[in-house]
Amino acid sequence: MTLTRVLIANRGEIASRIIRACQELGHETVAAFSEADRNARWVREADLAVCIGPPPAAKSYLNRKAVVQAALDCGATSVHPGYGFLAENEVFAQAVLDAGLIWIGPPPQCIGLMGDKSSALRVATGAGVPTLPRSGVLVSLDEALIEAEVLGYPLLLKANAGGGGRGIRPIVSPDALAVSFDQARAEVGAAFGDASLYLEKLLTGARHVEVQIICDSSGNSIHLYERDCSLQRRRQKVVEEAPSSFINAVTRAELAEAALRLAGVVDYISVGTVEFLVAQDQTFYFIEMNTRVQVEHGVTELVTGVDIVREQIRIAHGQPLSLQQNDVALRGAAIEVRVNAEDPEMSFMGSPGTITVFEAPLGPGIRVDSGFGSGDMVQPFYDSLVCKILAHDVDRKAVIRRLKMALTQTDIQGVTTNLSFLGKALKLSSFQEGSHHTQTLESEIASAG
Amino acid sequence: MPEISEIAAPFPGVFYRRANPDSAPLAEPGQVIAVGRVIALIEVMKMFHEVQSAVAGKITEFCAEDGDAVAMGQIIAKIERQS
Repeated sequence: MTLTRVLIANRGEIASRIIRACQELGHETVAAFSEADRNARWVREADLAVCIGPPPAAKSYLNRKAVVQAALDCGATSVHPGYGFLAENEVFAQAVLDAGLIWIGPPPQCIGLMGDKSSALRVATGAGVPTLPRSGVLVSLDEALIEAEVLGYPLLLKANAGGGGRGIRPIVSPDALAVSFDQARAEVGAAFGDASLYLEKLLTGARHVEVQIICDSSGNSIHLYERDCSLQRRRQKVVEEAPSSFINAVTRAELAEAALRLAGVVDYISVGTVEFLVAQDQTFYFIEMNTRVQVEHGVTELVTGVDIVREQIRIAHGQPLSLQQNDVALRGAAIEVRVNAEDPEMSFMGSPGTITVFEAPLGPGIRVDSGFGSGDMVQPFYDSLVCKILAHDVDRKAVIRRLKMALTQTDIQGVTTNLSFLGKALKLSSFQEGSHHTQTLESEIASAG
Repeated sequence: MPEISEIAAPFPGVFYRRANPDSAPLAEPGQVIAVGRVIALIEVMKMFHEVQSAVAGKITEFCAEDGDAVAMGQIIAKIERQS
């Protein structure tokens, strides 16, 4: 058997997660690191390590040429992009393939079709998967008022050029639209050089529910049910769980079917996640697809027993799925919290520094995915995720209790973390009852707003 | 002799002189600025923080390039004070 050597083009907890999966499969690993991460934990864990550039991500982890060259120089056979950075970069995926390397992700054309939001919405519409009702591009207030009447209030006024939430305004009435339209046009025009706007139906009290899928290159596709990531702050997921306690059995089946149908029309191969908003009446709308492994994949691994990263690596190397749909069963409930180096008392400002104490929780049903330990540096150059704490138990009530206990047993010193905020989130009565939605965290915890 | 004030990075992170890659620099050498003028941005863990000048005067020099890593306390600009 020929040697498989996987270069990991990422950092932090996901780099450690991928290294573990590779080592379990008997593959060698190469950590591609920036100068800031030279002494990092995952760099020490890998079999080989290669520096790809200076600390700012644009000069290292986002440097396509440097990463491909590093892979060739160290004799790697394959490249795993993790999440973020270059994971959904079609040009990078193609460059990896053009260099004669195996890309541990979907075919580049799938990234192109599904990674771009407006393209993905067109694909979804074509596949008969519902999307949120939206208007065409609006050039005048008169036109906007007519379209708004058709769609029905409340609405979101959004920038066609888009990005970073700029120009997005909730609109509750024709009067509000009249006030906001010109302001939004001016703001968006200044920010993007393109003043075109559109209206989209605003769902209030909706849940974020996403379906994990895996497709191999032999045409086999399975889903691993859903994750519910409705506790969010500023559109960033904070707490994730599997399964969703909100959707009924019919919706569960329909969501999974829609996700696999979408994957089918683009001939998807690899792991992926299809994200939906689910309204209070269980109607659902496709919002986007992530063509990579996700931060929160672990809760699905806990309730299904399927190792998603291992399947992803196997499939990229031409092997078939190691299981069929009938083999996938849900067992119990799992919840994850994202522990970030940030200060909830200071507008969640990032808190870089050296971790002096890292005491992870232990015990049955507890899993910690971390890229850091005592003595490791949390760098200012990258995102603030320190570790993920996951719990698994027989049902949702039990797992909430187990995870709350785990948080009280966690001690991280040297950097400020959001652990206290996560504890508050788990204690929200709306979360415990399961009546929470995507606006809950910001409306019920004052500091999160 | 004019008095030169040094502006230090208040946080460690990535230094930027522009709000967007395509936009003009927030301030240029030779420019006369007032107290509180935003002269640069520092990105810390994907959040951008403004760097304001604590003094009024003429910017004589920027000591870091767009996209450079900067340490907390590192000098990023020099200003010739004007009262």
